[in-house]
Amino acid sequence: MATDVSATPQTGPESPDDSMISVSDLTHYYGPMPAVENVNFTVRRGEILGFLGPNGAGKTTTMRILTGFMPPTRGSVTVDGYDVVEKSLEVRKRVGYLPESVPLHTEMTVTAYLKYMGTLRRMNGRRMRSRIDDVIGLCRLEDYHKTIIGKLSKGFRQRVGIAQAILHEPDVLILDEPTIGIDPIQVVETRSLIQELGRAQTVVLSSHILPEVSMICERVLIIHEGHIVAADTPGNLAQHLQGVEQLEVEIGGPPAQVLPVLRAISGATAVTHHPRPGVNAYRVKFRKDHDLRDEISRTVISHNWSLLSMQLSSMSLEEIFLRVTTAEDAADAPD
Amino acid sequence: MRTIRAVAFKEIQIYFSSPVAYIVALIFMALSGFFFVQDLGDPFPEASLSNFFQGATFLLIPLAPALTMRLLAEEQKLGTIELLLTSPVRDWEVILGKYLASLTFLLFLLALTSYYVILLLVFASPDPGPIYSGYLGLVLYGMAALSVGILTSTVTSNQIIAAVVGTGILIVLYATSFISEVVTGLWANVFNQIGFTGHFNDFDRGIIDTAHVVYFLTATALFLFLSIRALESRRWR
Repeated sequence: MATDVSATPQTGPESPDDSMISVSDLTHYYGPMPAVENVNFTVRRGEILGFLGPNGAGKTTTMRILTGFMPPTRGSVTVDGYDVVEKSLEVRKRVGYLPESVPLHTEMTVTAYLKYMGTLRRMNGRRMRSRIDDVIGLCRLEDYHKTIIGKLSKGFRQRVGIAQAILHEPDVLILDEPTIGIDPIQVVETRSLIQELGRAQTVVLSSHILPEVSMICERVLIIHEGHIVAADTPGNLAQHLQGVEQLEVEIGGPPAQVLPVLRAISGATAVTHHPRPGVNAYRVKFRKDHDLRDEISRTVISHNWSLLSMQLSSMSLEEIFLRVTTAEDAADAPD
Repeated sequence: MRTIRAVAFKEIQIYFSSPVAYIVALIFMALSGFFFVQDLGDPFPEASLSNFFQGATFLLIPLAPALTMRLLAEEQKLGTIELLLTSPVRDWEVILGKYLASLTFLLFLLALTSYYVILLLVFASPDPGPIYSGYLGLVLYGMAALSVGILTSTVTSNQIIAAVVGTGILIVLYATSFISEVVTGLWANVFNQIGFTGHFNDFDRGIIDTAHVVYFLTATALFLFLSIRALESRRWR
């Protein structure tokens, strides 16, 4: 008896789990400099993943590789089980892409452009017509569908860019800086649109604005200088890093003796020494529920050193982002 | 097929709505008209298009690259190539679509010159043979010239460079027949066979030689193949 195998969802040859995108040991060089190096991550089906990182961190490079625009120098990338190099065409069928600069054919009208893109995506006539109506509605382009793209403002061009990316109902949506350069109201609209799309589709977006990523994305990868430096849910990232509080203490006393004593205080997770001219400052990190101020002051006094100042500093999300991407090395600075 | 048509159709629309194409058409018509009437003022003029055909091959040297320079260079400049190459379209479909668009415009240009034929038919009785063969030769020559232009447009994002280098290549292919006249023996033959001109002249005389047809088709295929490879290699840069 023939069993009905068509009931199982159509997926690529090598995707046993629910991962839609899987990237392993991805490295890409522009000339001698690596733009991304040994990057590993997976994106689950239906997940909204955010790439966060400063400009030049390797976000765009990674996205260009995911979309099949460029092959990686090393490493393997699969989308829906298809390798982006070997099965580029299959990957490209499944991906909708909005490049950072939103390159559009400015001499065409919105509808003509969407029709062109739909044909390139091999959509048939009837489906294309109904989808063009759909995306024009979704992206609120009703009043502009006969306008020449070159005459649209940046915000509306962005909408056309999103419209072409979602036109063929791709499994994976890759949006490079989708809210850059548009006004705040449009930013809010775009964010809610992306969230809506993320219910049905796998979305990978990049941004250098942290609150945006933590608002939209279920998971965040922080990329810095071509490496993933952190990967977690926005909540966990904030909790993990925010759960730690930091004390700036200035102590008059020989650092060689002060450091081990501070480190010996139970509850201190990390102590670093930051000498400034005339002052020895220390940064003491401890868990939020475990205030060390009292204990530090008594310890310092009992050793007959002088406590010059003590300041509690908790970190905002922006600071976490900065810390993870830039200040990480400073925290590991030699004592 | 639909994707090739979509690419070609978009470009054809741009041709007919852009000033550059009309300027090219204007220059072509004005100068080819000049070549056409050049000998008609003679005491005993010949009712033929030979002068026009010879002039047209010369005119196409700058004009064919001018028609094709935008096709891929601009997409690279504006970044729209990123969306084109991340669509499920094969590289050869992109090249072929763009090429067919430029060929369509060239055929439109040549169709305009049928006016000369009509003039000849009204005022004289020309020999139809060389007219047919001449047009066939001109189309084949134009096909090859456009394919050179497509290649140079693929390798650079600068339209001016694409046009200048394309014209340079066509000048070399045009001039080899002159080189063949100053060298002797085997080299004369080699230079005559390599260039476009040596293969075109028979068409002008009313001779359709399969060897020449095959030559132009091969040259076209070669340059389009190189364009496809150049587009592919873009991904690896």
